[in-house]
Amino acid sequence: MNQREKEQYLRDYSILKSKGKPFFPYAVAKDSLMAVVVMASIMFMSIMLGAELGPKADPTTTTYVPRPEWYYFFLFELLRIIKPAVLTPVAAIGAPTIFILLLILLPFYDRSPERRPERRPIATTAGILTIFVMGYLTYLGASAGSPNEIDIEVPAQYEKGKIVTAQAGCLACHKIGHNGNDGPGPELTDIANKLPKAALLRTLENPTAPMPSFKDLPQEQKLAMVDFLSQLRGEEQGPPPE
Amino acid sequence: MAKTQLPTQPGAVKTGGARRKPTTRLGKAQETSFSAVDWVDERTSLSGGMRWLMFRKIPKGTNWFYTLGSATLFAFMSQAVTGVFLAMYYDPSAINAYESTRFLTNEVFLGEFVRGMHRWGSSVMVILIFLHMARVFFFGAYKYPRELNWCIGVILLVLTMAMSFTGYLLPFDQRSYWATIVGVNINGTAPLMGPFLSDFLRGGAEFGATTLSRFYAIHMLLIPGLLGALIGAHLYMVARLGTTAPPWMKAEVSPELREERV
Ligand code: HEC
Ligand code: HEM
Repeated sequence: MNQREKEQYLRDYSILKSKGKPFFPYAVAKDSLMAVVVMASIMFMSIMLGAELGPKADPTTTTYVPRPEWYYFFLFELLRIIKPAVLTPVAAIGAPTIFILLLILLPFYDRSPERRPERRPIATTAGILTIFVMGYLTYLGASAGSPNEIDIEVPAQYEKGKIVTAQAGCLACHKIGHNGNDGPGPELTDIANKLPKAALLRTLENPTAPMPSFKDLPQEQKLAMVDFLSQLRGEEQGPPPE
Repeated sequence: MAKTQLPTQPGAVKTGGARRKPTTRLGKAQETSFSAVDWVDERTSLSGGMRWLMFRKIPKGTNWFYTLGSATLFAFMSQAVTGVFLAMYYDPSAINAYESTRFLTNEVFLGEFVRGMHRWGSSVMVILIFLHMARVFFFGAYKYPRELNWCIGVILLVLTMAMSFTGYLLPFDQRSYWATIVGVNINGTAPLMGPFLSDFLRGGAEFGATTLSRFYAIHMLLIPGLLGALIGAHLYMVARLGTTAPPWMKAEVSPELREERV
């Protein structure tokens, strides 16, 4: 906007404003009605949905679901989608950081004086697209397979180890095939190429932080898990998640 | 004290003196409340500011989308009030946090209701803040002269999300514990500030006993303080600059063409 356009805007605005109504009581009435709606919704949700409290936090647990609040789903999905792609540099600079910067700088790179959405095709399209992408990612996050599942096909004798591993929550920090979080732990899809059985067992019982120790698991489960891990060579990745 | 005389303010003191002496009891009560208002006003000159705030004009065409900001504000106030009640029972130590939350939820009168309000109120506030931002975006309301208010708004958005993140750990159940570990670790992968931020949040390199009280202090003191101050700045700028008219409103000068709209 140049100086002339700014003055034009202020002139138009002061005309529109002078034709308006006073804040009190007109806007105050609308705002109050809205406040009642907000309050009623919050109370209704509280009564209908309650406030559940899961089992007590246990750092060495064997079954848990590391789920964030639903409105963070889109962020986690974004990280998961960008991570393995060629776009690693983008992920490294941090997609959320970029997003916030783009948002905060918006008035400084969108400098046209036009305000009607239908005459700002780029901004409006970008806005609608962002809403759809965020909605879609939230949906993906909400419907993603439980993080306690591993999709890899294994011979029958490793099936038990696969279940134990899945339920032990390793996927919160490790990726196995297409499941799990890519970090903070290294990917385990081809762990058998890197560590022998004994080292796997040692890692389970005496790991480097932040990985919790699993030495309290029953011996038989631990061995089943090690058997499963020691045949992960990375060639069989299972079907990609849809 | 007797010798000191405040300079008489035009209006306030004079009208008080000019009013006829009330005889009825109701009249006396009214008189007292008037003079109480006058008393405050004489010392603060608040009435001018209130008049400026309440009777400023809202442009023609202002519609329901313009209530989303105040709805967000209201959700924030609801969070503040319910949060105070939760804080009366909550104990931010790794040993007692879960137990105190359980007690609050199951034993305290209306405990689960208030906790539920705080919990779902956070969802409502996040939805409303995004809707408000979308309104501002599609109406082009972030343009001259309101750029700075948009920037403050983005910071409010980040702070609101940070509120949710730090609050999620506090009940200290399995879900909140593990989600927060993963969250803090993901934080740590961000460039430059990432690792520092993670260490700051955890209170060290590892998730330990100080982490919980740190999250608590951030959640109930640091961020709400910042939020409150910035909301104040945000609202001051709104009142100062006025809210935009909807973008399709035309500024016509001729009064014949004026159509009355609500
Ligand atoms: C809280 C997160 C977390 C959880 C849960 C977790 N790990 Fe880890 N794990 C890590 C981290 C971080 C490392 C890397 C440690 C290091 O730097 O040496 C690691 C390392 C490992 C390694 C060594 C990898 C290598 O290449 O050297 C193995 C094997 C492993 N984890 C297996 C498991 C298994 C099996 C489970 C589930 C029973 C599990 N982890 C659960 C975080 C975790
Ligand atoms: C705690 C959160 C917030 C509160 C309490 C809040 C409150 C308000 C209120 C009451 C208004 C008056 C007009 C209206 O209601 O639409 C307003 C306007 C505005 N807000 Fe916010 N807001 C918040 C967050 C945001 C965010 C996240 C943004 C954008 C990034 C933003 C940008 C703006 C702008 C630019 C205006 C001026 C709009 C106009 O004049 O039409 N606000 N805000």
